[in-house]
Amino acid sequence: MSYQEKKSIMSLIGSLLVFGLYSLYVFQKHPFGSVESTDIFSFWGAFILILIPVSIVAKIIITIVFNIIFRITTNEKEPSFSDELDKLIELKATKNSHYVFTLGFLLAMGSLVVDMPHSAMFIILILTGLMSEMVGVITQLYLYRKGV
Amino acid sequence: MGKILISNHIRKLRFNHDEMTQQQLAEKAGVTRQTIVALEQGKYSPSLELAFRIALVFNLSLDEIFFIENKEEII
Repeated sequence: MSYQEKKSIMSLIGSLLVFGLYSLYVFQKHPFGSVESTDIFSFWGAFILILIPVSIVAKIIITIVFNIIFRITTNEKEPSFSDELDKLIELKATKNSHYVFTLGFLLAMGSLVVDMPHSAMFIILILTGLMSEMVGVITQLYLYRKGV
Repeated sequence: MGKILISNHIRKLRFNHDEMTQQQLAEKAGVTRQTIVALEQGKYSPSLELAFRIALVFNLSLDEIFFIENKEEII
């Protein structure tokens, strides 16, 4: 398995782990239903705004640890640049990722139209964000394995 | 119109050039080793620029390295 394939798998596990642990932490502190309806917007706003830097920092740490383990186990240095194949695969992955997020965004707006609770809109948006990221990584993994 | 399947002789040429490793060819062509692996396995058709870079490494013309696998189906 190549570096890029291993990195994709690591990224997938990392994203799920960070999102899962962060959600667990937040919902242990503020269980569902405990947030006043007037505070819903600030609660979900804070949830998203804190999740972004947390996942960025976690991903940097995961990447560093992964690269160290990769070097030790394979005696190989990770590629220091992205070439045309990497860029092409990244482009296709980003395209698929955007499709999923656009669909989720429309669903989230749809939830407002059909008078679902405001929390539902935020949950759909956040889950779609996670799904779109996963679709991007899975697309990369698939294209590295199958070819372009 | 069917898809053109582009294949190549890169593995053979590496062997004939002092058993050049994939990493060495990758460095000379300015790509990662993974891309050379993908090329050799027929999983990726290179850009024209990369094809020329590889041709320069082996000092050959493009058609001596790359060829169409399903020529009869295309024409």
